[in-house]
Amino acid sequence: MEAASTAATARPAIHTAMRENRATEPVALADLKVKLRINKLNFYYGGFHALKNVTMDIPERKVTAFIGPSGCGKSTLLRTFNRMYALYPEQRAEGEILMDGENLVTTKQDVSLIRAKIGMVFQKPTPFPMSIYDNIAFGVRLFEDLSKREMDERVEWALGRAAIWNEVKDKLSQSGQSLSGGQQQRLCIARGIAIKPEVLLLDEPCSALDPISTAKVEELIHELKTDYTVVIVTHNMQQAARVSDFTAYMYLGELIEYDVTDTIFIKPKKAATEDYITGRFG
Amino acid sequence: MSAAAGGQSAIHSGNRLYRSRKRVNFFLLAVSSLALAFGLFWLVWILGTLLYEGGTALARATLYYEMTPPPGANGGLANAIAGSLVMVTAGTLIGTPIGILAGTYLAEYGRSGWLAGATRFLNDVLLSAPSIVMGLFVYSVYVAKVGHFSAWAGAIALALLVIPVVVRTTDDMLKLVPNTLREAAMALGCPAWKMVVSVTYRAARTGILTGILLAIARISGETAPLLFTALNNQFWSNNMNAPMANLPVVIFQFAMSPYEDWHRLAWGGAALITLAVLVLNILARALFRKSD
Repeated sequence: MEAASTAATARPAIHTAMRENRATEPVALADLKVKLRINKLNFYYGGFHALKNVTMDIPERKVTAFIGPSGCGKSTLLRTFNRMYALYPEQRAEGEILMDGENLVTTKQDVSLIRAKIGMVFQKPTPFPMSIYDNIAFGVRLFEDLSKREMDERVEWALGRAAIWNEVKDKLSQSGQSLSGGQQQRLCIARGIAIKPEVLLLDEPCSALDPISTAKVEELIHELKTDYTVVIVTHNMQQAARVSDFTAYMYLGELIEYDVTDTIFIKPKKAATEDYITGRFG
Repeated sequence: MSAAAGGQSAIHSGNRLYRSRKRVNFFLLAVSSLALAFGLFWLVWILGTLLYEGGTALARATLYYEMTPPPGANGGLANAIAGSLVMVTAGTLIGTPIGILAGTYLAEYGRSGWLAGATRFLNDVLLSAPSIVMGLFVYSVYVAKVGHFSAWAGAIALALLVIPVVVRTTDDMLKLVPNTLREAAMALGCPAWKMVVSVTYRAARTGILTGILLAIARISGETAPLLFTALNNQFWSNNMNAPMANLPVVIFQFAMSPYEDWHRLAWGGAALITLAVLVLNILARALFRKSD
């Protein structure tokens, strides 16, 4: 029973992480209001079938994590939610992603409006080549005509939510690219929430960050779910255990198991999930 | 001593492969250093000759405020300097926006489509086309039609030289902007045109500016396109619809003449253009370095 003992040593660390960081008690998926309903979603990169019949409900104002090995389709799935794939003509999606009754895959609605409602933060920090202030104001100006004072307030609010206000309040006119990697990523999160989206997609937001910045971003994710539906892609299982309420395990483009995070990490129903969680994968 | 079977290590200074690699390295380094010295030698010679021959003319203030003289009289290059400035400025102002817009189409919209591919190919052909072709083209479609040489025709010919340079650098520089930056802007609900104007142009601005400066440097010394378009003018002219004096053609004409004082002015003009181009290039490089 060598494998079982590995599992036994791997689990407690994750448990502790969950106990310490989770404030709210887990609730069953069926009891929650659904924000995004994904139904038989298929995705293709040219001839490559990257997502196979994915069906799942993303609950509102909760943190949902996608985990799985590299190339399993978790980032691809995330990028279908705000139609990021539409920038690349060789990529296409089939199926349904319902938000407020509207199918995002086939909708005639302007893609800019969808993207404004569904914010996204990327793996690598992507500050725009402009001042810290303008990095935040840029997105806000696209949809709102605010006075200078209102804009100042919005910028402070967003930077405050992203836990970076105190670090940058005295250098708002400096370039966003002059910040450290961890600060840049929090700036990008601030930029994302400044336009007040309904959903926030985080694509491996901490993979380029040091542990301290990672802890700050994770804390932030906890706070954000009071207002936003958060979906996070991560290849760090401890992170998924720490920050998410629900976890989906994906492998080779298929959704293998999707459940309350505690269930996924403590008693997954499928052997494949357990193998991955306990590091016996591959 | 079978290294393949994992016996003694092959990593020591007597290793045959290591020594031959060092010999090749030494040989190639020597050859490339010689090539560098060879190239620099001519460049320094050219600059030295220009400054030696043109220096006296450059140092005389009359060069900058007196008109081009008839043979045997005293004079300067004021009308040619002004004409060059006017036509280079007009050519840049006409060519740059077209070049930037076309380059933007290639990098941001056309990308790898067939139209972009064909345009890039044709643009590269234009980029390496002899400048005299541009001069003859403008002569046949404009000068011959209106019936007289003019500064406008010169500016158009220069603009035609600016366009391919600016298209190429804009395209290249925008393609260097990482796609993640575009995606980040689009993820905020930003329309494509706004993303290009506010984000990718900013990210690529020093590169694009460098391209424009290099294009200006290139057209300031072009003689052939002006020979058939702006021709030349012995006098000061403010009329864009009339022939206009310019440095390259004056140099060409004066250098071909048998008169000693015309030769001296031609050297002065040549040194002036070269120094101006040198300054522009240094400026372009300084700008580029600042962006890193």
